[in-house]
Amino acid sequence: MRLAPLLSTLALALSACATTPPEALRGTGDLGVVIERAAGRMQVIEHSHNTSLGTVDGLGDLSHAHVAFSRDGRYAFVFGRDGGLTKVDLLTRKIAKRVIQAGNSIGGSVSQDGRLVVAQNYEPGGIKAFDADTLELLADVPAEYAPGKFSRVVGLADVPGQRFVYALFDANEIRVTDFSNPRQPVTTRYPAGKQPYDGLVTPDGRYFLAGLFGEDGVSLLDLWKPAGGATRILSGYGKGEEKLPVFKMPHLRGWSLAAGQAWLPAIGRHEVLVADARSWQETGRVPVKGQPVFVMARPDGRQIWVNFAFPDNEWVQVIDTVEKRVVHTFSPGKAVLHLEFTPRGEEVWISSRDSNRVTVVDTATFATRKELPVDAPSGIFFTSRGQRIGF
Amino acid sequence: MDRPLILHVAVLLGLTALAVGAAPAAEPEPDRQKALVHMVRQDCGSCHGMRLAGGLGPALLPARLTDLPDEFLVATILYGRPGTAMPGWQRFMNEAEAGWIVARLKEGFPPLATGH
Repeated sequence: MRLAPLLSTLALALSACATTPPEALRGTGDLGVVIERAAGRMQVIEHSHNTSLGTVDGLGDLSHAHVAFSRDGRYAFVFGRDGGLTKVDLLTRKIAKRVIQAGNSIGGSVSQDGRLVVAQNYEPGGIKAFDADTLELLADVPAEYAPGKFSRVVGLADVPGQRFVYALFDANEIRVTDFSNPRQPVTTRYPAGKQPYDGLVTPDGRYFLAGLFGEDGVSLLDLWKPAGGATRILSGYGKGEEKLPVFKMPHLRGWSLAAGQAWLPAIGRHEVLVADARSWQETGRVPVKGQPVFVMARPDGRQIWVNFAFPDNEWVQVIDTVEKRVVHTFSPGKAVLHLEFTPRGEEVWISSRDSNRVTVVDTATFATRKELPVDAPSGIFFTSRGQRIGF
Repeated sequence: MDRPLILHVAVLLGLTALAVGAAPAAEPEPDRQKALVHMVRQDCGSCHGMRLAGGLGPALLPARLTDLPDEFLVATILYGRPGTAMPGWQRFMNEAEAGWIVARLKEGFPPLATGH
């Protein structure tokens, strides 16, 4: 009689040994990665206690790395410059799968249903869809704009309906590809402005904005009324003045909307452009310290954080969205490359490439909460991106 | 080459010829060389890739550059290429330093210094 409880305890202990120890079980909602650009490696971090959990090596050329996440927050899809697409298990910190899918890639995104990973490529110019579980190639959609001519693809964003929107740098076009039938995608083309350099989709998935390098303005496509085609907004914001040399292209993503306005980097100007997010009319400009690269709204939209192109890249500025002016300027380190907010925005992580550190800053007080040593950090990506449209 | 590009090359070569006359020919100091390598790999690398294999900007590997005249490449670095995303970098380096970069690019560019 006394043996039975003992045996069941033993059995429980044995079965626990055979699986994961309870202390190793964890959720993934607070996980993220920091790219160690030169080393082809990334650190897996958690932002509940702001610690590094370990590193994952062997990711190839991470010059312009981008990361998207599986909807369960367990896997990171890492897009490398060398065309490498790597699926990394954040819990075991091991590579689950890796393919070389192109010669030169700049990013990618995950479909609405989580089943497709789509990569955007410069070489060969186009997009490719993969099975998110196996990374099996399902469809190749070349960005051919004239016979034998393929454009570099920028600004790829997932939108509802298994669709992906992107722009063609070399062909002045926006395209929408529908992967409802993954092996037989359907693409629609929309003429747009000159040399789109990146794009973003609004958080509701309705509007796609392509920033233009070849002219002062932004191309806008209303995906709820696509028959109207792409229109031009913020036309001629440079007022014919010669733009400054651009030493780094700005980056756009769905973090640009805040307080009912879109906050966008001006190309070749030391300004953040502000447009009403309903009428798309310009409502203001905020002078800043350099040419903006990332113009990112804190998740609640009360602040916009901005970093800058070389040679002003040691600075970060914070704009108050109600007052529409800079309220804080500081230098977290040398060569600030990227920022990432915690999901609800109480802290922001900032990478300083040439200071070899990531700084965690309190967004209410601007106090430094933590500094983590990271080898030449660039992009910082949190799993919360996996729950958002357009990331 | 199309006609605008030829014109552009001609203008750049002319500018360079003027600039070369006045430029010091000395090699950059070792510390400056290190800074130039860092600038090319990291900051030029934002468009050309850290491994210089290309991105929004073309590859800067020896195989692609070998047939292009040094003067044209030096001028491109210093004055940029109008109509493309390539800016001029003359604020950040002189003629001799751009020449040193071109020579290194053509032979295979040095890696980043390790250990910061």
